[in-house]
Amino acid sequence: MEILMIFTIGVIFTVSTYLILTKSLLRVILGVIMLGHGAHLLLLTLSGLKQGAPPLLGEEAVAYADPLPQALILTAIVISFGVTAFLLVLAYRTYKEHKTDDLDQLRGNDDE
Amino acid sequence: MNNIVILPILLPLIVGVILILFPKNLKLQRVISGLTMLTLLGFSLYLAHIIYYGEILALELGNWPAPFGIVLVADNLAAFMVLLSSIVGVICLFFGFQTLSEERQKGHYFSFYFFLLTGVNGAFLTGDLFNLFVFFEVMLISSYILIVHGGTKYQLRESLKYVIINIFASILFIVAISYIYAVTGTLNLADIAVKVSELEQTGVLNVIAILFLIVFGMKGAIFPLYFWLPKSYYGPPAAVAALFGGLLTKVGIYALIRMFTLVFNHDVSFTHTIIMVLAGATMFFGVLGAVSQFDFKRILTFHIISQVGYMIMGLAIFTPLAIAGSLYHIAHNIFVKSALFLYAGAAQKVTGTTDLKKMGGLLKTHPFLGWTFFVSAMAMAGIPPLSGFFSKFALVLSGIQEEHYFIVFVALGVGLLTIFSMMKIFIYAFWGEQKLTDEEAKERKIGKVVLSILPLVALAVLMGLAAEPIFIYLLDVAEEILDPSIYINSVLKE
Repeated sequence: MEILMIFTIGVIFTVSTYLILTKSLLRVILGVIMLGHGAHLLLLTLSGLKQGAPPLLGEEAVAYADPLPQALILTAIVISFGVTAFLLVLAYRTYKEHKTDDLDQLRGNDDE
Repeated sequence: MNNIVILPILLPLIVGVILILFPKNLKLQRVISGLTMLTLLGFSLYLAHIIYYGEILALELGNWPAPFGIVLVADNLAAFMVLLSSIVGVICLFFGFQTLSEERQKGHYFSFYFFLLTGVNGAFLTGDLFNLFVFFEVMLISSYILIVHGGTKYQLRESLKYVIINIFASILFIVAISYIYAVTGTLNLADIAVKVSELEQTGVLNVIAILFLIVFGMKGAIFPLYFWLPKSYYGPPAAVAALFGGLLTKVGIYALIRMFTLVFNHDVSFTHTIIMVLAGATMFFGVLGAVSQFDFKRILTFHIISQVGYMIMGLAIFTPLAIAGSLYHIAHNIFVKSALFLYAGAAQKVTGTTDLKKMGGLLKTHPFLGWTFFVSAMAMAGIPPLSGFFSKFALVLSGIQEEHYFIVFVALGVGLLTIFSMMKIFIYAFWGEQKLTDEEAKERKIGKVVLSILPLVALAVLMGLAAEPIFIYLLDVAEEILDPSIYINSVLKE
């Protein structure tokens, strides 16, 4: 299972790198979001995809799942949700002000 | 007793939340935020004092013992950084009162100011990587908002890049955390340090070390990763730019120092050689950028980069004296850089521009502004009785002792180029033909504005005059962080 996941993460990272390197602003944002998902998946996979009971008192199981990566991923997902929302609003405002979503034209020059 | 460790995080957080409630009542906002910052400054002074004369304070949140629960750790380094952040926080706040337009101040400016400080202080005080990530995000999200605050065309365009690059760096941070969790099975910094020394730092741990170097290097703007900084820090008004230039990059540097003294200190010939090369390149290319520019604020943004080079040069040499020099340089740079940015704001308020070609003769119309700027510019360049000299002296001395002659050569050359670019500002903005008419100059009084910068200039002078006691303190701090067992024992209580 871990091997399969590692390949999936590789594909996600490849796709998101491709998206980030494009000119369109929206595609870059999509790439950033995908990259975030890839990283979250990586965190879950590398800490071991265990098949244990939930780490609760009174469960009395033989093996327990590790709660720490899950807590971390939950936090990271919440943060990336917030940041994505902010980024989309920022991109929308930039588009409104500059009338373009082409990153080449958003480069800016020194004489201003 | 050690509950005091959480105060620098909790106080700005609570006040920031309270300030959301009444954004339109500017007077109340100012009074509350001013009082809070002064209280915070008092607390951080007290914290630094009791830790220096006592022991490292570790607060286990929820009474869970260290490797399992969340810990906040205040050692001398962390307390020192918290103190610096409070000092620059106070001054940028009071400067912001006077220079920011009322509209901007009413747009929840103060709330996000305090959330930023929450994140910064949290990043200094936290004892595990999980919370380091969280506090980095708290700090970054507030910084996204402050950097675009006001929403001009230029700001929107450049903050978009700033946000995307920082999100990218945060994602790399998660990747680095997942790697180190896979290898060591813990996220507590002290515990990681124990595990890394047991595993011996080779192979995969070196890869992780370099990944952390990239992540924190991106936030701290070291050599190949500084490209985002000059343009995005140019956008926001002076009070915000000063806070960012003084404080935000230093959080990345703090994280680098912490990781590479506590955790990745077993293969110095590999990791710290890389840091050394990057330090030289950062200094050199940063200052080249500054020399090529012709704009007050832009020169300063490039100087942030070159000064970061000195800080990691101390980390790369890795002796107590070098680390102390590095810490002294951080303190010096936080004061002087913020002061210079505030001067850029003051000059902009007088002349209405930051383009050096359109300024001139400010020394005649505003002599007070001119001469205090001169003092801080000289402190920045490192002229002897002022603060910049002693940090560079310690770094160069330890570089010679350890026989890293090339980096010493680069550091000295960069010092010269720094003087050159500071003089360029002074000659074009303050000397030369007077561009303002006498009536205009009389109308635009900025005595009050300059007065709120003066504490920073005074600190820069004082740090130079009192270099010896400060160095004694910093050498103690450096010796403490070069002996990780002190930190580990006080966190894990073994």
